[in-house]
Amino acid sequence: MSREQVIDTYFMEHRAKLIDIAAYLDRLDRTSRAADDIRETSFRQCLEILADGESRRAARILSLLSDHTTALPQSADGLKGASGAPVSLVTEDSA
Amino acid sequence: MRYIDPHIHMVSRTTDDYQRMAQAGCVAVTEPAFWAGFDRSSAQGFYDYFRQLTEYEPRRAAQFGIQHFTWLCINPKEADDPGFAREVVSLIPDFLDNTNVLGIGEIGLNKNTKNELIILEEQIALAEKYQQMVLVHTPHLEDKLKGTRIIMDALAASSIDAGRILIDHVEEHTVAEVLDRGFWAGMTLYPDTKVTPQRAVDIIEMYGSERIWMNSAGDWGCSDPLAVPKARLEMKRRGHSDERIDQVTLHNPQAFLSQCDRFAIDQ
Repeated sequence: MSREQVIDTYFMEHRAKLIDIAAYLDRLDRTSRAADDIRETSFRQCLEILADGESRRAARILSLLSDHTTALPQSADGLKGASGAPVSLVTEDSA
Repeated sequence: MRYIDPHIHMVSRTTDDYQRMAQAGCVAVTEPAFWAGFDRSSAQGFYDYFRQLTEYEPRRAAQFGIQHFTWLCINPKEADDPGFAREVVSLIPDFLDNTNVLGIGEIGLNKNTKNELIILEEQIALAEKYQQMVLVHTPHLEDKLKGTRIIMDALAASSIDAGRILIDHVEEHTVAEVLDRGFWAGMTLYPDTKVTPQRAVDIIEMYGSERIWMNSAGDWGCSDPLAVPKARLEMKRRGHSDERIDQVTLHNPQAFLSQCDRFAIDQ
């Protein structure tokens, strides 16, 4: 597909998704300030990747949202289910 | 139009779904054993599930002209209790001679624990012993990258040819490593997690259409049993040829699955 065809085909769909993200951030702003949540912190870091002008954005965002530790717990007892963001964030360089 | 959905949990779907899939061109499904959304209380629960997969479900599919194949295992989520898991794994050999069984799956990791890894290695050994193909589940969300690498290392330590193993639920950050190490890759089309049809087609455009397939992994959660035909439409919308669309959604699954003598599509 040409660049124009990609825009013709997908602009409206992603315009809507972009506004969804904006509205989500506005919704967060309307809440009282709470303790840092790793999901919110990582989400804002992902937004920086979107705007950095570099390629492989999807892979880099998925990597940023991944657990980069190497230790294995013995059992899943007491572990929470996957939340979509790692317990501790890595820097983009190490991702 | 004919396609195969090579990973879908039809025990969780209605008969209407079979009808709609048949109308959309589905000719065959393969159904890996998985977590039912709750932990079973005994190994007997798995025995009954394996009977459902090997006896009942093929008959339900056949009513709509869809061939039903299956993979057997204990899923990674319920494999965290090694004693219980071994009891379930001991049931599997008696089912391997059923005519619709293609191999061991979907084995893998859930929370990347040592217990899960022990049972993964034991099920890989089971596949080796009985010369079975393997279908692999990779973990969800933030656990996927780490888990996929651990799983590939465990598989590489076995004697099973990488070409007889499909690593499923790949995304943009895992697909390259999976393909580079010689495995087949599966993309799961989900509404919120995993990949959308659009991203699946992006991956094909970036990484090619060799050793890769798409599936709906339709189950009891938010999922779409018609995801594969929707991805076909997405490829068509972008101008991909009918040959390439058929390659990814029919011929590739056929090529991988036909490594098991039991798999053949009725003409």
